[in-house]
Amino acid sequence: MEETEYVIKTIKFGILSPEHIKKMSVVTITVPDTYDEEWVPIPFGLMDRRLGTLEPLQRCETCGERMEQCPGHFGRIELARPVIHIGFIKYITMILQTTCSECGRILLDDNSIRRYKDYYLRFKNKKLHYFATLINNIVVKKASQASKCPHCKATKLKIKFERPFSIIEEMNGESKILTPYEVHDRLKKIPDEDVELLGFDPVYARPEWAVLFTLPVPPISIRPSITLETGERSEDDLTHKLGDIVRTNEKLKQSIESGSPQLIIDEHWNLLQFHVATYFDNEIAGLSQSVHRSGRPLKTFAQRLKGKEGRFRSNLSGKRVDFSARTVISPDPFISINEVGVPYDVAMRLTVPEKVTQWNIDRLKEAVRKGPNELGGANYVIRPDGRQIDLRFVKDRNVLADQLEPGYIVERHLMDGDLVIFNRQPSLHRISIMAHQVKCLPGKTLRINPMVCPPYNADFDGDEMNLFVPQDSEARSEMETIMKVEKQMLTPRYGGMIIGALHDYITSAYILTKKDTKLSRFIASYILGLAGYREPIELSNEIKGREIFSKLLPNIDFEGKPLAVFNEEDKKLVIKAGRILSGVIDHNAIGDQKAHTLLHKIYLTFGPEFTKDFIDKLGKLLIGYLDHYGFSIGLDEEDLPDEAYANINEAIRKHLKKVDEYIEMYRKGLLEREPGATVEETLEQKIMDELNLARDEAGKIAEKYFNQDNSILITAKTGARGKMLNLFHMAACIGQQSLRGKRITRGYENRTLPHFKKGDISPYARGFIKSNYKKGLSPLEFFFHAISGREGLVDTAVRTSQSGYMQRRLINALLDVYVEYDGTVRDAEGNIIQFLYGEDGIDPTYSFGQEPVDLDSIIKDELEK
Amino acid sequence: MEKDNYDILEHELVPKHVVLSKEESKKLLKRLKVKPYNLPWIRASDPVCKRIGAKPGSIIKIIRKSPTAGITVYYRFVIPG
Ligand SMILES: [Mg+2]
Ligand SMILES: [Zn+2]
Ligand SMILES: [Zn+2]
Repeated sequence: MEETEYVIKTIKFGILSPEHIKKMSVVTITVPDTYDEEWVPIPFGLMDRRLGTLEPLQRCETCGERMEQCPGHFGRIELARPVIHIGFIKYITMILQTTCSECGRILLDDNSIRRYKDYYLRFKNKKLHYFATLINNIVVKKASQASKCPHCKATKLKIKFERPFSIIEEMNGESKILTPYEVHDRLKKIPDEDVELLGFDPVYARPEWAVLFTLPVPPISIRPSITLETGERSEDDLTHKLGDIVRTNEKLKQSIESGSPQLIIDEHWNLLQFHVATYFDNEIAGLSQSVHRSGRPLKTFAQRLKGKEGRFRSNLSGKRVDFSARTVISPDPFISINEVGVPYDVAMRLTVPEKVTQWNIDRLKEAVRKGPNELGGANYVIRPDGRQIDLRFVKDRNVLADQLEPGYIVERHLMDGDLVIFNRQPSLHRISIMAHQVKCLPGKTLRINPMVCPPYNADFDGDEMNLFVPQDSEARSEMETIMKVEKQMLTPRYGGMIIGALHDYITSAYILTKKDTKLSRFIASYILGLAGYREPIELSNEIKGREIFSKLLPNIDFEGKPLAVFNEEDKKLVIKAGRILSGVIDHNAIGDQKAHTLLHKIYLTFGPEFTKDFIDKLGKLLIGYLDHYGFSIGLDEEDLPDEAYANINEAIRKHLKKVDEYIEMYRKGLLEREPGATVEETLEQKIMDELNLARDEAGKIAEKYFNQDNSILITAKTGARGKMLNLFHMAACIGQQSLRGKRITRGYENRTLPHFKKGDISPYARGFIKSNYKKGLSPLEFFFHAISGREGLVDTAVRTSQSGYMQRRLINALLDVYVEYDGTVRDAEGNIIQFLYGEDGIDPTYSFGQEPVDLDSIIKDELEK
Repeated sequence: MEKDNYDILEHELVPKHVVLSKEESKKLLKRLKVKPYNLPWIRASDPVCKRIGAKPGSIIKIIRKSPTAGITVYYRFVIPG
């Protein structure tokens, strides 16, 4: 068979003309049924053999080909009365509004028509389609305002579209529905030149073709029947719908032939119009849906294409691929940040095609010998003649291995060091997809280093991630050069390190680099060994934690401000020549999602490869140390002495009294209104302010009683996890609960709960929680807390769906915008959007915060040279 | 304020607009390797276009202040309407 390759240049959509439908149809369908008792397709039925075949070994009655070759053939239904195509009804109305019902001309005088035509053709010939459409729109707008035909002087009546499928003409207050016959006649009168000026191509879309006299019946290949396990046959929804159409059409035909009253005929005609309309779209506003016997709405043409499960989003944009894997992720701090742990089971299913050469032949022979069920084996061998051999069915793999020679291709198992693409949805930014190196591991989950969680926004509460194996070296080289984790550590969002230490790493770093932390010889050598430090060192039995940390640092100078300042000397972090002189290491030095950190400087100075190794070593060191140290949080750490509770109670009482005073003033009408607020609003504001003060003061008092080694204090102050407020909630006072940013007011009539008097606006009746989590909440407090908690959950649910939709729209609008080599920003058509990217040409990834470059340190470095 | 006497070009927020000459336009299009309609558009009915007398088909140069770049240049193709 001769094969020719064509390239699609343009696609043109049009309306099928009745002649076209007749020409392409092979049979006129008149029987509304499908098969007879012996499961033989009924001639002239909806499954007529001439429409193509889907049975194996059967030949098509039209083209004589088998199922695989026969594309299927169209049939047709000759409608007894015409109906309007629901998809074009808006256009039909528009055309009728702008043309004369008598002579069919556009309702503009000859001069204007000529002028517009001139413009239109000029733009069209220059392929300026936007401007051409603009002319069409102007013509439509102008013509629809006319009240009289400038050509034949006929009066123009008002024409309206009325749901679901009527076109109505208004004549001195009375309205009349135009029949499809009338619509067709009027549309037919419009000359080709005028059709063109209204924006239609008369060759491919004469407007009168939108009134259907003949309905094409699609081949059965697009509406196959399915046999259920029970042996029952089930027809496609489109077949059901076509059955309705044929049935109604035949009835209509009969009633016309038998001379039934006009009323009966009209009823059938209307039903036919309904069936044809729902055949195209079963979700028309103002029209009841066509349903199955079970009550399920039928899926007709529009439903096949539309929406998330439609052809476009589900099948065309959402293709599924081979060589991919998906499972739950879990952490492994002992693999590198650029690795991904792949379960053996997965590694033995995913393959990489490798061409046999003289350099890899021994390895690939070994892989073939190992076969499909041993790690490091292979699943397929492709011979130079293109024959694929499935190793599962090879009896003696040794023989095949010996046959291997350059030219063969072996689809070998995934092995350590292979580059794969790793991804977590929602893929909101570039770094949601990165290249990792494979590390085959026992277990059933995909493993990642916890420090690559921030770019993926992953955690391990059941998150799943996807893995893809590239199949050629072109893809692999692109991944190697731009997609690897270490090359994606800077984010274009704020030009800082998105990858860095988090949670326990920070805690550990802080405890290790505290001024007075001293390590024994044993533990010092243990954690340094863990970090892969292999230089000879002198170790005393009292070695400073800072010294240990400094061993990993490269020769670098750095000055920063630690988040946690526990004593005066450590107010400033100073690192000179790779040694910590003062200050502690915390989130501000090695943290994730932050610019201007020590890590950031190391990255900019020493590059991706080095930084990756540094982070790996750092992670092992810190995890090792924290394991030894034994960091944990206990319930007694939130305990305060009785004296503290007394002070807190006193402080809260004081503020509550103030609130009472405000309420009293308000009751007496003495409260003064703030500008722009009512008295009530002023009172609410004052109460809210006062209660927040109460909570803050309670926290302040509690803070005084915490030790410096309080675990939560450490995690909060070093930036490892939590805020001081969380600690205050646990130890001191939870404070006012809110609903929609206000105190809680809803519930019963003028009160939140039946436990309060009506109109009680005191703090406790409006959701103030005096208790803390440690001591526990009263039942009423617990209820108010649940209200706020629920609001938080609902908010996040609503926000994610809304921002998700916005993201979709933005991506669809911007996905083909790119920065050209000359620095301009263009779209796919070559239109310029910006003349210099971001109007300054700066890549924020490599900028210094808000400034393009870090001038200060450049000058400083130059001066020191 | 008398509406007719107010010059919009004097306004703080209106950047400097200049109509490019034939030669300048040609040079610009050659540098960017684009057709005029590939540039961003501005309507001839835009108040600034009316004020500086930019007719459809011409290209105007807009010199704006920028917090990061200091001064930045933009071009627009004047379309009818
Ligand atoms: Mg999760
Ligand atoms: Zn066929
Ligand atoms: Zn007329």
